[in-house]
Amino acid sequence: MATAVLEARKPKISSQTGDTIARLVVLVFAATVLLISVLLVYELWIGSAPSRHSLGWSFLFSSMWNPVSEQFGALPFIYGTVITSFLALLISVPLGVGAAIFLSEMAPAGVSNGLTFLVELLAAIPSVIYGLLAIFTLVPLMRTYVEPFLKSTLGFLPFFQGPVIGRDFLTAGMILAVMTFPFIISVSRESLLAVPRDQREAALALGATKWETTWKVVVPYAKLGIIGSIFLGLARALGETMAVTMVIGNDPSIHASLLAPGYSIAAEIANDFTEATGSVFPSALVELGLVLFCLTIVINGLARLMIIATTRKGSKRP
Amino acid sequence: MLLAWRKLVNNVMLGLMGVCTFLTISTLFLILGYLLYYGGSSLDWNFFTKLPLPTGEVGGGMANAIVGSMQIIAVAALIGIPIGFLAGVYLSEFEDKGFAPLVRYTADLLNGVPSVIIGILAWTLVVVPTKHFSGFAGAIALSVMLIPIVTRQTEQFLREVPMSLREGALALGASKWKMIATVVVPAGSKGILTGMILGVARIAGEAAPLLFTALNNQFWGGSLNQPTATLPLMIYYRAISPYDDWHRQAWAAGLVLIALVLIANVSARLVLARGISVPRG
Repeated sequence: MATAVLEARKPKISSQTGDTIARLVVLVFAATVLLISVLLVYELWIGSAPSRHSLGWSFLFSSMWNPVSEQFGALPFIYGTVITSFLALLISVPLGVGAAIFLSEMAPAGVSNGLTFLVELLAAIPSVIYGLLAIFTLVPLMRTYVEPFLKSTLGFLPFFQGPVIGRDFLTAGMILAVMTFPFIISVSRESLLAVPRDQREAALALGATKWETTWKVVVPYAKLGIIGSIFLGLARALGETMAVTMVIGNDPSIHASLLAPGYSIAAEIANDFTEATGSVFPSALVELGLVLFCLTIVINGLARLMIIATTRKGSKRP
Repeated sequence: MLLAWRKLVNNVMLGLMGVCTFLTISTLFLILGYLLYYGGSSLDWNFFTKLPLPTGEVGGGMANAIVGSMQIIAVAALIGIPIGFLAGVYLSEFEDKGFAPLVRYTADLLNGVPSVIIGILAWTLVVVPTKHFSGFAGAIALSVMLIPIVTRQTEQFLREVPMSLREGALALGASKWKMIATVVVPAGSKGILTGMILGVARIAGEAAPLLFTALNNQFWGGSLNQPTATLPLMIYYRAISPYDDWHRQAWAAGLVLIALVLIANVSARLVLARGISVPRG
């Protein structure tokens, strides 16, 4: 009896140590994810120290960017980043949410899944390909047709004045719109699909039309998830590098006109990082990175929380 | 409100939703159409076999960039996939209160960090200490992007493995790690593999993190310890150049890159469409 008990206990102990080791191993790798993120913040903070110390808060509010005289003001870049992302959302939110409504409420399941597959392919296209297409198709189109038209019809507004170049805030906003709506569509669709069926049935039974049901019952129910998807798109637009660098015109100044060339944070980092010399210039670029990081992390953090709150399955990647 | 008016609004708005869908999805076909038209007419055998020629000369190819991209992606995958996979196993199987949600949320945030900032991280970690640009630094940047993707995909597909399978294994006397290694992971393997392919396809197209890590190279790189040419960055440099022949090459490279990315995506999703390898219980 006693030996039988001992023999039974022996493998149990070794399996427990096995479990402990396995747990430790995966824990270490999970901690790596945390470590990388901490390292990222640390390096951005340390790397930007010379610039933060010599320029202080004026870095954020000055619009003077002159590496030769070591004057660094991030305002033109922040302005360009925000204005192009805002333009992008102006176009992609109605289109994206509209398409998400069609895919979740109107299209038959098979069609909806097929089209969503295409949307996901759209999200998989590399940024540099969008940039390539933008340079050779969108820029000429904007320069020869769209922008002269806007100027002749809406030219009295400050937004549509100045010479037509084709590489400007508006073009960058257009290409960002195309790059953000796949995110808005796929996440919004998921939130809309998570709305319980009886909500729709109750509204329809009360005599609401299909549109009234969708707009007054289903969309408000999924509101948080839809806003989350928009924030996710916004975070993507803010940090988008290659495509914007290729079409924004790369001019570090602030213009009210959307037809004027501008610059974005990501584009400035992309263009000047390898050529930055001296002590302050590289660190000013790292500080630009820090600013961009803070912008996107806040927007992303909010987006994830909202998406978690609606789908309640844990945050899902688009 | 009049019924006729409400019905009109209903039809108009539902129609508009359809128009939105048409507009958004047609951009995919526009993009593919342009790439096929311009890229297809520019693609030739030299593209795959020749080195880039000096500025201004007509001809040449991107053989070194194709090889360079493959090397960098391979190294990035070798680093990123094991870390991401094991972290994903942790999130799905060893859920600790507090720590696991923290890791999950951090992975999502890391996934949303602009790729150009990941480039800065790799620059400070590798380029600054070694004092030169290298393909290896690019691989580090891409692996940092790959880790959170693989982590979350692995977790997601392991969670889809039915609880009854886990209970069955434990009831037969398997220890927890044995249950994970022999039952849970094999059951979720198709999904996990899909996630890995999608993750690699995503980093394969990234150009921004390579700008100041892998840089560029006119010649055969060979070792990742020196600046290495890559396909996405070649597209960028060629597209912003003023030469028609280089524009032609940019289109050709764009077509090759999109073909690789789409093939990976479509095949991965077709595998996934067959579902996980066990029936849901």
